[in-house]
Amino acid sequence: MSTPNSSNPSIQPVHGKHNRQSAYVAARIAVSVLKLRIFIALFAIIIVFSLAAENFLSAGNMLIMAKHVTIVAILSIGMTLVILTGGIDLSVGSIVGISGMAAGYLLLEGVKLGHYVVFFNPWGVTLIACALGAVIGAVNGYLITALNVAPFIATLGMLYVVRGAALLVNNGGTFADLGGNPALGNTGFEFLGNGTILGLSMPVWIMVILAAVTIFIAKRTPLGRRIYAIGGNEQAARFSGIRTNRVKLFVYMFSGFCAAIVGLVITAQLQTAHPLTGQTFELNAIAAVVLGGTALMGGRGTVFGSVVGACVISILGDGMVMCGISDFWQMVIKGLVIIFAVVIDQLQQRLQTRMVSLTA
Amino acid sequence: MSESRTMNPVNVIETRGLSKVYPGTAALLDVDYKVRRGKVNVLIGENGAGKSTLMKLLAGAEVPTSGEILVDEKIAQISDVRSAERHGIGIIFQELNLFPEMTVAENIFAGNELTSSGVIRRKDEDHQARILLARLQIPIDPRTRLGDLYVGQQQLVEIAKALSKHIKVLIMDEPTSALSKTEVEILFKIIAQLKEEGVTVIYISHRLEEVMAIGDCITVLRNGRLVAEDDIANIDIPWIIEAMVGSSKKRFAFEQHAIGPEVLKVKDLALKRPNGIYAVDHVSFSVRAGEVIGIYGLMGAGRTELLESLLGAQPLALGEIELAGKAIEDLPIHKRIEAGIALVPEDRQKQGMVQLMSILENMTLSSLSKFTRRFSFGALRRDKQLEASTDIVKRLAIKAASVDAPITSLSGGNMQKVVIGKALLTSPKVLLMDEPTRGIDVGAKEDVYKTISLLAHSGIAVVYATSELDEAMAVSNRVFVMASGKLTAIMERSLFDSERIVRASTPATAVV
Repeated sequence: MSTPNSSNPSIQPVHGKHNRQSAYVAARIAVSVLKLRIFIALFAIIIVFSLAAENFLSAGNMLIMAKHVTIVAILSIGMTLVILTGGIDLSVGSIVGISGMAAGYLLLEGVKLGHYVVFFNPWGVTLIACALGAVIGAVNGYLITALNVAPFIATLGMLYVVRGAALLVNNGGTFADLGGNPALGNTGFEFLGNGTILGLSMPVWIMVILAAVTIFIAKRTPLGRRIYAIGGNEQAARFSGIRTNRVKLFVYMFSGFCAAIVGLVITAQLQTAHPLTGQTFELNAIAAVVLGGTALMGGRGTVFGSVVGACVISILGDGMVMCGISDFWQMVIKGLVIIFAVVIDQLQQRLQTRMVSLTA
Repeated sequence: MSESRTMNPVNVIETRGLSKVYPGTAALLDVDYKVRRGKVNVLIGENGAGKSTLMKLLAGAEVPTSGEILVDEKIAQISDVRSAERHGIGIIFQELNLFPEMTVAENIFAGNELTSSGVIRRKDEDHQARILLARLQIPIDPRTRLGDLYVGQQQLVEIAKALSKHIKVLIMDEPTSALSKTEVEILFKIIAQLKEEGVTVIYISHRLEEVMAIGDCITVLRNGRLVAEDDIANIDIPWIIEAMVGSSKKRFAFEQHAIGPEVLKVKDLALKRPNGIYAVDHVSFSVRAGEVIGIYGLMGAGRTELLESLLGAQPLALGEIELAGKAIEDLPIHKRIEAGIALVPEDRQKQGMVQLMSILENMTLSSLSKFTRRFSFGALRRDKQLEASTDIVKRLAIKAASVDAPITSLSGGNMQKVVIGKALLTSPKVLLMDEPTRGIDVGAKEDVYKTISLLAHSGIAVVYATSELDEAMAVSNRVFVMASGKLTAIMERSLFDSERIVRASTPATAVV
């Protein structure tokens, strides 16, 4: 910090101090702006599209966009915790598929117990599908912790296994017409996707509640602190007596659970379970998390940021469709936005370290 | 010390006023070092005396802050490893720089592949490697996968690799630390052969007997300065120890205080390294409440492994550990911490703290469940965390703007105190510390020692490991000395004796 060897100590420090102070202020302003970048991006997108496309802000369009946002957002909530520990979950798209198929199977075929066939009401179906998602997540977690498989590989493998299993449920076919049978008492599954409470659709409620609970866990509980600690420095966490394997198991189970909810929501909305639902969803979820400012190395990021990131990525997609931008250009633009977000994140990190060195 | 200026006039390497300054510390200060041609030049000194730094400068791995290096009495610009090689200087680093997945021959020629029109001549490489290994009488097939060799054999490959580049000066930085007895014998034969071929050897070692047997002349560094040089023929082991440790021993304020009943009892604790050698070799001892134990040992003596085994971070450790009358050897880390043992790890940055977190967050990390609210879904209580961390900041006199400041904003000494604070919040009965003052400047060191005394006064047993002799004796009631995984001496404060400690820390050698 001080330069004892400088030849003209009488002039240099005064001048330097002034420069440093203004440099510090500039860096500080830049960092605060950059920290809000995801909100700025969201507003910019909304303003641009509302000018470019007439119906963009119409109630009907908002409803459709909310549907898309919730799907990416719910996945990204689970994904955030995984990425905060320094891991990744590529299997969520496939879990979306199999959870829908599981729901369709339970509603249409029921469970055969000897000579009886047991049908569950929509609550039971929902519970079982969510449990299935968590169990698949637990398999991910087991592979990663107990068997020491790299998260990327473990969940990549599960991506294929689970997708295959989803196709096997009905031999590649769909389960259509999930309205239920009043005689069996399993009607009403549709409510999960299309129902509304107090004017807001169910998926939005689910997203809001899940986000609130997850933010609470991440910010306020020991579990959340431990998740951040593992991503920040796993060895230090281990030496602090944190059971890192348990925490990791939890985040993968939670991610699987979130993915299962998405599968249920989509199936309920369409009244049809399709085994290929959710393909490449994992990529959108990861993109949303990254856009939201979470570091892929772990330890830094917020659940709220991911939810806003999910808004950006899915509104960007919908807006481009409304403006009639071709599919091919949409992909190019989406990709550039993601890369740009990471570049800006790096810039922010560099500015922050500079700020620290300027204060020192 | 009798500095004989009448050494062999032909020095193959000479340094003039060589210094290397890192931010905050001078690793090497104004060193005039002479390397005599065709001899085995021994370089010796405590850990941190500057040996490795000096060698890195000669080998081009680091660039000096000031001073110059002369090779054959001409100033040499050594800016990287390649330019050092051009001057005929090769080095075998302490850490192996080899590729386990490649064959021995591929390793020897890595970076200097024998090629014709861009294609590697594998057969030629194998052939050349075979000739080289035969010349050195190393019984290894060049086509063996390197990872299949013992560490000692790998070290010999490293030597062969250095010699494949036609060097005239070979630097060996603690080459025998991983070698078995037979391998040391092979190494010494190789050194004798190199001498015959006119190659100069610079030999760094902690094993005094070994140094006496193999060396021709000796240079001693202490705290970055050259303090003595002489012919081996003129000196003996006490001379080396005196030169290494120095006569001006720093004394730290030490107050005798009450010592309580036994809290930690260790019996036959053993831990094997993957190569089958014991890192901790059946160690037994006991520690009483309020007692401070300094564990002294050289690099690789097993200090860190011993402490990690006590914490439970070494799952393969065997033996009995009793904490306050309760057997804890089968418990996982978090249960042992609960039982009352805590570790302040050796590498603050890598093992002790989460850089992205604040002081408060780091401090409470080991004891989070203490700070939850019962009727609020297990939320953390900010007020309690604040209270506890502020209390620690006061108790340990941590200099910080606020407990919410990032831990990276602190100086090394204060960071260390935060890590100590984290351990304290688990209410330990026994506090283990590994190299508690590594990378901390001198003033802050005293501060850490004061902290240790303070904790001992409050009834906590403190066991710290160190590679600095002064530090081992600074605030301890007893010093344990380790060598090659064994506990070789236990000394009461009233009987502290540097020479005995150094001797006990010297590993048994193959020769003499």
